[in-house]
Amino acid sequence: MALPARWAKKIEASDPADEIMELQMGPSHPASHGTIKFNLKLDGERIVDCDVEVGYLHRAFEKMTEQGTWTQVFPYTDRLNYASPCINNVGFALAVEKLCGIEIPDRCKYVRLIMSEISRITDHLTCLGMAAGEVGAQTVMFYMLEARELLYDLVEAVTGARLTVTWCRVGGITRDLPEDFADRIKVAFRNLDAVLEDCDRLLSRNRVFIDRMSGIGQLSREDAISYGLTGPLLRAAGVAYDVRKADPYLVYDRMDFEVPTGEQGDNYDRFNVRFQEMYQAKRIIEQAMRQLPAGPVCIDDHRFILPPKERVYNSIEGLMNHFKIVMEGIKVPAGEVYCAVEGANGELGFYVVSDGSGRPYRVRVRPPCFFGMGALNKMLIGRMIADIITTFGMINMIGGECDR
Amino acid sequence: MLIDKLKQRFGADIAAADNSCGEHVITVSREAAPAVLRALRDEPDFAFNFLIDLTAVDWMGREPRFEVVYQLKSLARNHRLRVKVPVPGNDAWVASAIELWKSADWLERECFDMFGIHFRDHPDLRRILLYDSFVGHPLRKDYPVDRRQPIVEEVDPVAAPRPPSR
Repeated sequence: MALPARWAKKIEASDPADEIMELQMGPSHPASHGTIKFNLKLDGERIVDCDVEVGYLHRAFEKMTEQGTWTQVFPYTDRLNYASPCINNVGFALAVEKLCGIEIPDRCKYVRLIMSEISRITDHLTCLGMAAGEVGAQTVMFYMLEARELLYDLVEAVTGARLTVTWCRVGGITRDLPEDFADRIKVAFRNLDAVLEDCDRLLSRNRVFIDRMSGIGQLSREDAISYGLTGPLLRAAGVAYDVRKADPYLVYDRMDFEVPTGEQGDNYDRFNVRFQEMYQAKRIIEQAMRQLPAGPVCIDDHRFILPPKERVYNSIEGLMNHFKIVMEGIKVPAGEVYCAVEGANGELGFYVVSDGSGRPYRVRVRPPCFFGMGALNKMLIGRMIADIITTFGMINMIGGECDR
Repeated sequence: MLIDKLKQRFGADIAAADNSCGEHVITVSREAAPAVLRALRDEPDFAFNFLIDLTAVDWMGREPRFEVVYQLKSLARNHRLRVKVPVPGNDAWVASAIELWKSADWLERECFDMFGIHFRDHPDLRRILLYDSFVGHPLRKDYPVDRRQPIVEEVDPVAAPRPPSR
């Protein structure tokens, strides 16, 4: 990148005090939670240029999806945004279902929605807790991680795993909510409320915290749109775009919730938007639990859903269905579809192409934090080194999702 | 409807228009693509201010081999459109959209990295997820999934055991 004329002149003069220093920050820096490298050009502590290098966690997600059956993609999606794996599962399942023309049962929609919103809270708690810890508020970090445990317990009760859930299938989900789930949610939310209130009091009017966040990493509305930002980053810049409102999927159109927005587009607004979204997510879950209908959680079509074990062992038809799904995979008709859900970091889109065989021809995931990282350079130039940490923290770059 | 408006506005520039699972898809030649994309962004009937995603699909064995796929989204009109640009395999290039949307910068770098499609007039077209010395483009269908390209030399701990520490 060409330097501005005034910097080039300084280099020619070669006065050591005016020199541009090159500094490579990362790829494993203790203050950046994520493997990423910043190639910085510095004038003192001021950032003249910042080249962001991503890809350290590249695991060939898109190539690997082409190797197995459609169902075998689910474990890979867990590992995209590993702070909210349920949303990734739901996103991929919805894309394939759209392509197959499957209409899932009502209860399945509600359960998927509830788990998505629980995951949204865990993701925001991770992001905010880590960001707070990185500016010195270690207490908040531990409070938030503790609250996240409460929600991980809920996820574990439903899916059997905390992180690698692999819990959706094309046409349904593997496990329904346990019977005492409503009570568990009540207990977890009571504790969560207490934690959120504490953290709010510790941070929202804290002078040190506000000084570190306010006015930093600002991005205008136009820039945010041009850089393709979505989710909390875009909403902090004042654009109320949320996939749950713009293109409602599952049963979000039956829920009453607000889309919090900011005004400045700075880190403090991003922090607030995420914080408010946790309250909104709670509101959605409580409504969904009240509306939750009875019924099956999977479609009754054994071309897509494994038959119950009883039928596999006792009937030839059940055995054949089981064999076909396990050995050949489900048959997805040829075609292509783009399907987006609102991930915790923004629009999480799956563009899937099928050639009609039992394997995906192409699965492309649109990772929301990749776009945030693309705009990081713009947010940082002219700022101080210390601002990298807060800005990077608020983008909530998740290596698994950004680098795939 | 959006597709009718598009056909009316661009006429012969649109090689094919399709509706796939309720989504609007148009196919545009790579020569016409820059003008069409610019009009899609700027004209109030379309107002696609978001380049949501850019990727490619490798249809090996078919000609033209690649399809560059743009996913567009309009906030004002709340509609989506998919624009496909066919690209031949032996001369894979399209014009860069970086002038229109800044998100095209990293997206085109990734597409170049994974498919080896060249984006003309991109100011900084280099690999993004893989390292510079990587050979080949892994999302092409002819790239073998099990090829290894380690950055540091791989040592088999069985064949070449480490010397015992004192």
